[in-house]
Amino acid sequence: MSATSETLENIIHKEYKPGFVTDLESDTFPPGLNEDVIRAISGKKNEPEFMLQWRLDAYRHWLTMTEPTWAYVNYESVNYQSISYYSAPKVKEGPKNLNEVDPKLLETYKKLGIPLYEQERLAGVAVDAVFDSVSVATTFKDKLASAGVIFCSMSEAIKEHPELVRQYLGTVVPTSDNFFAALNSAVFSDGSFVYIPKGVRCPMELSTYFRINAANTGQFERTLIIAEEGSHVSYLEGCTAPMRDENQLHAAVVELVALDHAEIKYSTVQNWYPGDEEGRGGIYNFVTKRGDCRGRQSKISWTQVETGSAITWKYPSCILRGEESVGEFYSVAVTNHCQQADTGTKMIHIGKNTRSTIISKGISAGRAQNTYRGQVKILKSAENARNYTQCDSLLIGDRCGAHTFPYIEVKQPSAQLEHEATTSKISEDQLFFCQQRGLSAEDAVSMIVNGFCKQVFKELPMEFAVEAQALLGISLEGSVG
Amino acid sequence: MLSIKNLQARVEDKAILKGISLEVKPGEVHAIMGPNGSGKSTLSHVLAGRSGYEVTGGSVTYQGKDLLDMKPEERAREGVFLAFQYPVEIPGVSNIYLLKAALNAIRKHRGDSEVDAMDFLPMVKARIKSLNLDEQFLYRGVNEGFSGGEKKRNEILQMAILEPSLCILDETDSGLDIDALKIVADGVNALRSPDRSFIMVTHYQRLLDYIKPDVVHVLAQGRIVKSGGPELAHELEEKGYGWIDQGATA
Repeated sequence: MSATSETLENIIHKEYKPGFVTDLESDTFPPGLNEDVIRAISGKKNEPEFMLQWRLDAYRHWLTMTEPTWAYVNYESVNYQSISYYSAPKVKEGPKNLNEVDPKLLETYKKLGIPLYEQERLAGVAVDAVFDSVSVATTFKDKLASAGVIFCSMSEAIKEHPELVRQYLGTVVPTSDNFFAALNSAVFSDGSFVYIPKGVRCPMELSTYFRINAANTGQFERTLIIAEEGSHVSYLEGCTAPMRDENQLHAAVVELVALDHAEIKYSTVQNWYPGDEEGRGGIYNFVTKRGDCRGRQSKISWTQVETGSAITWKYPSCILRGEESVGEFYSVAVTNHCQQADTGTKMIHIGKNTRSTIISKGISAGRAQNTYRGQVKILKSAENARNYTQCDSLLIGDRCGAHTFPYIEVKQPSAQLEHEATTSKISEDQLFFCQQRGLSAEDAVSMIVNGFCKQVFKELPMEFAVEAQALLGISLEGSVG
Repeated sequence: MLSIKNLQARVEDKAILKGISLEVKPGEVHAIMGPNGSGKSTLSHVLAGRSGYEVTGGSVTYQGKDLLDMKPEERAREGVFLAFQYPVEIPGVSNIYLLKAALNAIRKHRGDSEVDAMDFLPMVKARIKSLNLDEQFLYRGVNEGFSGGEKKRNEILQMAILEPSLCILDETDSGLDIDALKIVADGVNALRSPDRSFIMVTHYQRLLDYIKPDVVHVLAQGRIVKSGGPELAHELEEKGYGWIDQGATA
């Protein structure tokens, strides 16, 4: 092994910092799934009857479905009867404000670098934190309310705003959409709900932090964001989990609806526990995310930085229904050790003059496999639709893999599509050049990787861009943007 | 400044340097000339600490320290600078970012405080002007899509900012037209000082018309076969390397 690959090996052996467990009393269902469990979840949450029916329909449909196997990932199939479908930190009643939240829980968030209090005071970021299955605290509620923005947990939305939930839930990702979405619809326990009224520009970044704590539980959150005519919102989500030997399932659904001239920017920094170097443990991240550009000139932009999870199966997509609507997908997916990621996007062009941009950066190290899978579909109705796709892969070391599966389907002759793809390695020349200028090998790799990801990082809101760089083991300031 | 004694090195099983000895005093400019395959570039790379070369004998003392014992980045921080024959591209990393990161790595090593962007920018701007470069140059990716001349000027810019004690120029003249060569040479000449030394590795004499060396060495088959003043370079230009090669084999 040459000196360079040895250095690279050292660099990619980084420990997982958020891997601690919080010792909390929790209310956890025994493992297993049947209609009674679904009734119990719905009951715990005092849901209206329509929600229970919706869940049961989803469950009955799920029973007829099989787990998808087309992704380029390899794992032992999940035993859905061995998972607990509900776990919540024990509280007598739902917390009314942060002072009522278990201090241990707040301590956990602090350790993860999300001090709720401080964020409330300083950063102007409103945070909803989902711990295991339930949402524990939503900050900044009053300020948002005065702007007419609703930002609360999904459970609360079901109780307080059932008409909105009923109108929109499942309209972007139907309960029968796919195996994991159907399962999520049946058992989801919480998540975030955002409603931005007509013409309102949300006065701050909204943020959700997801944390899986309890063992043997699945996390199934459901997020719904509705942007009314002419409104604008930027939403961030972050995710971590403790280190455990067994695999844990995370099957979330995110639905976005943008009406006329509305804009939704959705950013994710995903750092679920990736498993150890031998591939033991780690989160199975099977997520369905889809945005519907329902209105004219609406815009939905997905930005994701995926560094965690043992297996990632995730394709944040845009349905470009409204005329002149715009869809964007910016992605950095990092896989190391035995991680496997099959991720990408779908851009479905339905309306005239719709445009989409896909920028995907895959980084593979160790023995990891990194796959980009993207679909661009231009329907007959989508006159003058345009798409630009760029997918680049960077390999670190010689035992990893990068794969690209682009699917293009065009039914409208006036459409214009461009597709560019590259695969490169960090070369010994680059590394030596940086070292000769005084940088350590570790800083050099960080710098090169960061440069490779620049197009995506510059799409992230400031705070997240910093977190994303840190996640890649980068201690650079100011190089992004 | 630099004392090389009987340096021997090989790449895989092939011996390239077969006993090189060289003394470079502060402020001196040494030119190392020689035919292709004589070991010129290997010498530059061994001095800079590139992996893939195995030193099999001899010693290199730089400012009283064992140079061969240091990692490449330590050599750089101690003031050894290599201007590359083929500077690499680093897409997405802006030139100014690399410059600042490199300068701060070196300053930190020396125990100086790191410079911030406010102080750094005026410093760089003065330098790029003298190299006839546009300010936009700073914000482009490192060597990304640069012309050959721009890449070489960029090396000189880095040298000017990092203020090394020992500058090794590896075939800096290759691929340059006469105008670009003049700019590069002016840049180097501006950096000459009583406490900074240069080793210029070159195949051709023409670079030495613009950067006057104190000593010229001729390298052939891994050994220095002749040393002399600037006139030696002219002799080589006239006679070619043929007579040297014969001498070395004999």
